[in-house]
Formats: sequence, structure tokens, C-alpha cells
Amino acid sequence: MALLDVKDLEVEFPLGRKTLKALHGISFSLNKGERIGIVGESGAGKSVAAFSILNLLSKPGRISAGEVIFENQDISKLNRDQMRHIRGNRISMIFQDPMMTLNPVLTIGTQMTECLKAHRAISKEEARQISISKLRDVMIPSPENRMDSYPHELSGGMRQRVVIAIALLTDPSIIVADEPTTALDVTIQAEIMALMLELCANNNVGLILITHDLAVVSQVTERIIVMYAGRIVEEGQTQDVITNPKHPYTRGLIKALPQENSPGARLNQIRGSMPALDAIPAGCSFNPRCDFADEQCHKDIPQLTGPKTHTAACIHIDRIPAFQSTGGLT
Amino acid sequence: MTENTKTPLVEIENVEMRFGGGGGFLSSPQPVVKALNDVSLTIEKGDAFCLVGESGCGKSTLARTVIGLNPPSAGQIKYNGNRIDNLNSRDRQPFTKKMQMIFQNPYASLNPRMTVYQTLEEPLKIHYPAMSRAEIRSKVEEVMLSVGNDPTWGERYPHEFSGGQRQRISIARALMLDPEFIVADEPISALDVSIQAQVLNVMMDAQKERNLTYLFITHDLSVVEHFGSRVAVMYLGRVCELSHTNDLFKTPRHPYTQALLSAIPKIDGSGVNPVKMSGEVPTAMDLPSGCVFHTRCPYAKERCSREIPALQDNGDTKTACFAVEEGRV
Repeated sequence: MALLDVKDLEVEFPLGRKTLKALHGISFSLNKGERIGIVGESGAGKSVAAFSILNLLSKPGRISAGEVIFENQDISKLNRDQMRHIRGNRISMIFQDPMMTLNPVLTIGTQMTECLKAHRAISKEEARQISISKLRDVMIPSPENRMDSYPHELSGGMRQRVVIAIALLTDPSIIVADEPTTALDVTIQAEIMALMLELCANNNVGLILITHDLAVVSQVTERIIVMYAGRIVEEGQTQDVITNPKHPYTRGLIKALPQENSPGARLNQIRGSMPALDAIPAGCSFNPRCDFADEQCHKDIPQLTGPKTHTAACIHIDRIPAFQSTGGLT
Repeated sequence: MTENTKTPLVEIENVEMRFGGGGGFLSSPQPVVKALNDVSLTIEKGDAFCLVGESGCGKSTLARTVIGLNPPSAGQIKYNGNRIDNLNSRDRQPFTKKMQMIFQNPYASLNPRMTVYQTLEEPLKIHYPAMSRAEIRSKVEEVMLSVGNDPTWGERYPHEFSGGQRQRISIARALMLDPEFIVADEPISALDVSIQAQVLNVMMDAQKERNLTYLFITHDLSVVEHFGSRVAVMYLGRVCELSHTNDLFKTPRHPYTQALLSAIPKIDGSGVNPVKMSGEVPTAMDLPSGCVFHTRCPYAKERCSREIPALQDNGDTKTACFAVEEGRV
């Protein structure tokens, strides 16, 4: 039994007379201690997927169909009070910008103990001790002193460490991280990623990592989900997807990376751009940008097919020639 | 002197940049931010010169100083052998025509109240007031086509376009005056992966067709490896390594460059194992003594905290590091 089971989840945003569909029935599951990555470009629906798992969709967005089964209950149907026992407690979230996540007028210590006391009946002193030990886990130097610091006194990397410490406070079984390192420099990004990998593995925490960066996902996760225009187009073991992508979109993404092209040469590009939600083409939504598209692609919506460990949603999956890596992949 | 092929296109000589300071009579004294410290670089014609470094290392400040958006506190900037940093705006005009800039965020760098056509014709109207309407129109169309934009977009406003399209419009604006030299400050960081490739291709095509020289600022080292001919790595307002792109990626010498390269996420499944650097980047308000990197450097010795290493020839590359000089790296 999977820890988290998302089934045919649909999300829509009613806008006046129109209704925009942001998710067209996505399904995936996460086992205990598993790390999966959701990859895609802006507008692919990856953040909406994460927010809907936690019931954090901003109005007027709503889940119009599907289930989110967590520990044998459908958490998408819970009310606010019931959800509060799960969100931030059993499932934590890490957002992109640590400065927006932390409250600028409260000390780190206040924010951490407040979170603990909201979820558990413990004394102030106990909460403080747990907070300090979590700050130590994320390798913040002299955590006792940092408890009294305000967020602006810390650097970007340190702030994100604090955010991770807060996410770990209640020993959750899942952490959802939405672009946790996008706002950080490469050297800091590498440190934070190494830290998250270690913490998740040591504490047997499941991780849903949402990012546009295929390289980061390939380093940290065991399984990858590639999204395009509100649908999952490919899913599989990380190594399989990276070394042998099946869907033309995934291939395009990998081939567009500079490290996959010889220096100075023109980069392989995917023509066009992600469609807006109100202009998603009929049939396969990738068809206007795809080299393999034909008439059938304009009519039929492809389903995920292939062996369970590596599926892709493309009608012409058998017709597409084998993937040839041009560079960095060996 | 000016059109001599031996003259580098842009020479940056001992440039320093200070922000802040002042105060003291009625207000408390303000701290001085030393954003650039004794930076010297030369950019040859046809170069795709890349500046890399982390946030706050001064790479954008250097770009803005070169293009004249903030005059340097000390040092000189020469264009084709002519000193340009001390010119007033009228004397500067012949040079501004040849130097253009592309900014990071295409959502902020295009005027939302001007149509694409108005945005593109403005530089022509300023620099070539005698140009007829028909000439302007044909020039705008030519440039729009060359960056892969539909010329009929002219009557539309920036909000009607996607990020990649907008960035191509800003590239078109930079190309309107047929410049020789383009400063691009993180032109693709705000874009999606598949769009990054499109925009980089447009920039590389333009370089070939128009014989452009780029000063390309980025924090993305894989883009540098692909795009750059020469690279300068900056740390806290100083250049710590200067090299040809191939050499830098094959054999990074400076300890900071090594750490930076080890941190690039790779897609080949090699996992995350960055070179550990101790501590945090110090602020430019309170620079460490001696080598600015010594507080985090695994090779630092007592000498590094006393003396400032100069950029020295080291085979094909230049490095500013005592440990490299002494053969300890």
C-alpha cells in the first residue's frame, strides 16, 4: 500500500463564464521513504499538483474530481480543521523563496516553537529543545544563538536551511518541496540538495520535489514524473527517464540542455512554447511542438502506456527512433 | 589608433566601484560597499566573453559600469582604444550606438505602454533623426525577422507575448542600431529550459551574422561552457580566474572555480558531491583582508590573509591565488 495515492486528480479554475482546467486527471503514488521528482516548465501544472495535494489551492481553484489518499483516507475531502492536523504535521511543505516563507517580524525560535506547539501538547522548553536539535540537523552553526535571530539576519542558504528544519519539526512522513533551490546560488543549491537527500534518507521521509531543473531531479530522486499542460506525459525510474526518455517532450527537454550539445553548436530547441490554459490544443497537447505529430495526434488524447516502471503518453511511441544521447550522458 | 585590429574592443583597467558612504554631519555615516575591486579585463573583437560568479560578486555591477549606467569610482574603460568612462552624454553618443544591453527580466525591461513597434523604432529616432518612416519600417521588419519574430507583431503590446518572445523582442531592440558590442545580463535565467535554448540560438546566430562581441553575464556554468569563448570567474568584486572556456572546464585552477564547477548539477547520475567550502560568502561591506576567498578556501594559509594575490599568468590561464602560485593546489 502506497503512502500517498493520487488518483485521477482534476483541478479547475472557474473564471467568469469559462472554466480553465489546470490538471486533467493525474495519478501517481509515493511509497514510504521514496523520493520522486515532478518536472516541467512554467504552466505545466506541477505546482498546482503539489498545492492540491495539500489542499492549498487559492480560490477560485478547486479539485473537481479525483482523490488524494494519504494513510487510508481521502484528504482532498477533509475540511479545514481536519486538514490542519495533516498539513504541516504529517505532510510538510518547502516553498521556493525562504524570505517569503518565514515571518520577518518573528524570531526563528518563535516560529519553530509555535509550529510545534500547534501540533503537539508539549511545554515551551521541550519545543525549544526539539527546535534546536532540528536546526543542528540541518547544520546551522550555533543553533542556540540562531533561535533568537530574525530571518533577515541570515543568508539565503541559511534561511532555506531554517525552512527545512521547520518542515522536519513534526517528523512528517512526506515533504513537498516546490523549487526549493531555484532562488539560490549553485554552490548553495548543491549543499541544500545534498542535505535534503541525506535527511530524507536518514529519517525515511518521502519527498516530492518539484522543479524545472532536470539535472537537480536526476541527482536527488528515484522516480521522475514529467508534466506537460496539466497532464503526466512520462513517468519512470529516474535513470531510465534520463538515459532513455520516451516522450518527445522529455527528449526535447534533455536535448536542449547545453551539456547535451557540442560547445558552440546551435542548441536543439523545442519550437513554440507551452500553451496557455485556455488554448490547449485538441488531442495530444504537445502536438504543435512535436516533430512526430500527425493527424491522429490532433484527435486522440494519448494515455500512459508501457511497462509499469517506465510509462509515456504518446501515440507514436513505437514509431519514434531510439534515443541517442549526444553528450553528457554516458 | 581606433580601427587598429590589434586594439581590443573593450579594455577595463583597474576599475573600482564603491556604493554608499557619506553621511556624518546630521546623519550617521553610511557603510561603503566595495562592489568592484581593481578589476582589469580585455575583451577582443568577436569574443563571447562570459562573467560568472554567485549573487553579489559584482558581475552585474561590472556590466553596468562598462555600458556606462554607473560610472566607475576609479579606473578606466576604453572602447576601441578611446576612454569612454569620463565622457558626458553628448560625447558618448557615438559609442552608445555601438554598445547595447539586454537585461535579465523581459517582463521588466520592455515598456508596457509602448507597442513593440514603438519600442523598436525609438533607438533609430534618437540616433538617426533623418531616417524616413519607410526606412525605419523596413529596418524594424528586418531585425524582427532576424530574431525569429513575426514582423506583424508590431502593433501589439509586451503583455501579449510569452517570456521567450519578449526576450527576443529585447534582443531585437538591442540589434536595431547594428551594434558591435552587446552586454547581456543573465538574458536567459528568467526563461524555461526549452525557451532558453531558443534564445541562446538567436544570440549565437546574431553573433555569426553580425560579427558581434558579447559580454555575457550568467551564473549558469553549463551555458558558459556552451556559449563562451573566454571566461572570467568573479568572487566578491575581484576576478579570481581568467581563462579560455575549454581550459577552464578542463582544468580549473583556482580553488573557488573548482568548488563552483563541482556544484553544477549534472544529469549523468553522478550524484551530489560538491567541494565543501566552509562558511558563507562575506559581505562586500566588510571584505576579508588579503585574498577575499581565504575565509572559505580549503588551501588558505597565513599569507593568504595578509597579502592580496594578483592575477598572474599560469600557462594559458590567469589566476589570482597564492596556493596555485606555490603549487599547492
